[in-house]
Amino acid sequence: MIARRETLLWAVQRATAVVLAFCVLVHLATIIYAVRTGLSASAILGRTQGSFAWGAFYGVFVIAVAVHAALGMRVIAAEWLRMKGPVAEIFAAGFAVLLAAMGLRAVMAVVAA
Amino acid sequence: MKAHRGHPAWWAFLVHRLSGIALSIFLPAHFYVLSLALRGDDRLDRFLSWSRQPLVIAGEWVIVICLAAHLAGGARLLALEFLPWRNWQKTLAALAAGFAVAAGLAFALAR
Amino acid sequence: MGDRAAVPGSSTTGAGPARANLRVSVWRGGAAGDYQSFEVPRQPSQTVLDVVTYIQRELDPTLAYRFACRVGMCGSCAMTVNGKARWTCRTHVDKVAADGALELRPLANLPVVRDLVADMREFFDKWARARGQFAPKTTREQPFARIDPRSRQRREADAAIECIGCGVCYASCDVVTWNRDYLGPAALNRAWTLVNDPRDGAQRQRLEAVATDAGCHACHTMMTCTELCPKNLSPTRSIAGLKRASLRLLLGGGGE
Repeated sequence: MIARRETLLWAVQRATAVVLAFCVLVHLATIIYAVRTGLSASAILGRTQGSFAWGAFYGVFVIAVAVHAALGMRVIAAEWLRMKGPVAEIFAAGFAVLLAAMGLRAVMAVVAA
Repeated sequence: MKAHRGHPAWWAFLVHRLSGIALSIFLPAHFYVLSLALRGDDRLDRFLSWSRQPLVIAGEWVIVICLAAHLAGGARLLALEFLPWRNWQKTLAALAAGFAVAAGLAFALAR
Repeated sequence: MGDRAAVPGSSTTGAGPARANLRVSVWRGGAAGDYQSFEVPRQPSQTVLDVVTYIQRELDPTLAYRFACRVGMCGSCAMTVNGKARWTCRTHVDKVAADGALELRPLANLPVVRDLVADMREFFDKWARARGQFAPKTTREQPFARIDPRSRQRREADAAIECIGCGVCYASCDVVTWNRDYLGPAALNRAWTLVNDPRDGAQRQRLEAVATDAGCHACHTMMTCTELCPKNLSPTRSIAGLKRASLRLLLGGGGE
């Protein structure tokens, strides 16, 4: 049922938005703090390596952003890039997979001890 | 610009969409850079020293503003869609813009 | 109707300074066509409808345009004036053409029949597709429904009920331009009034009709509809309500 699916996607978009609002605030604060105390690989990794908390935080962040960004790009693909229904869906799904894969790899990169 | 565009809520939409696109382009690059840490500290460090160029620093500042703007605009949308309707959405849009600017300033000063 | 100026450019009442003529650029033809220029004498308190009427009666009888009540009640005279969709009978020339130049086109986002007349069929078709019609649950054998005008639902419906289907919002919506299937602000606004009507028996079907990717979820809250509605309605507000109602249906509540 188109209505069900569309409503679900809309709801997921809003739900990930709420998750991301929290994550982004933390991330913005972290960036500003990190930039003040010096941005070097050792400084960053010193904070994140071996940390389960950072791993969990960024893991959730990555999944949420992969879903949220893909759903946003799905709409843009249809409205501005003139992609027809299934093409836009595939484009969005591919984008989600790309972001999730690259993002989780990045999380592993900075958390792995 | 078409005459029916250009009012506050329309700008809020455009900023939200354009900032979203900018972030979508930025993220894969961001994830790639971070994953350089997998190959040892020095690759990440070399990137970080390269990134101290003025153009890159300016670009980072733009991305931070985009992030803050997208967050603020999104919060405004959540308010409009889920909270009881208020007729002062223009105020919400202005507040969102203010937040984005504040975040940008904080980042610029910290740098 | 006051005195008409015998000489273009002279004042009709003698009470004010002489005004230059209006330079009016009018769309002629269908989807393909061109602008035609006319010179129209300025009058005090002149509306754009006065201008179009003058052109058709005095200068070019082949000009096609719509109007009916001419007093801001029916919405028939809506067209694009200097880039914005407006009711011509309620648009004073002084307000939109301070420099004496007017550009008139039919409503956007709709096929052109001829000149300034837009084909409104898709507008009303979408109204029907959004289930913008009342579906009764009872018959005349049953007692009257009792609706408290102060109830939250009735106040929500009342806030949106005054729509006369003029098409200004539809013509101004960027999402309608980008998504040809989008039901549009007016149809969704009307559906919302019925969602808030406890007497209506098609609640589930209506929510299923409007909660599609060509329905309420396609609205990006640009609010051009709300900015330009000549009756000061807010389709954006109604559509936000539809989004919430569709979520309730999804989560298993909703419907009747």
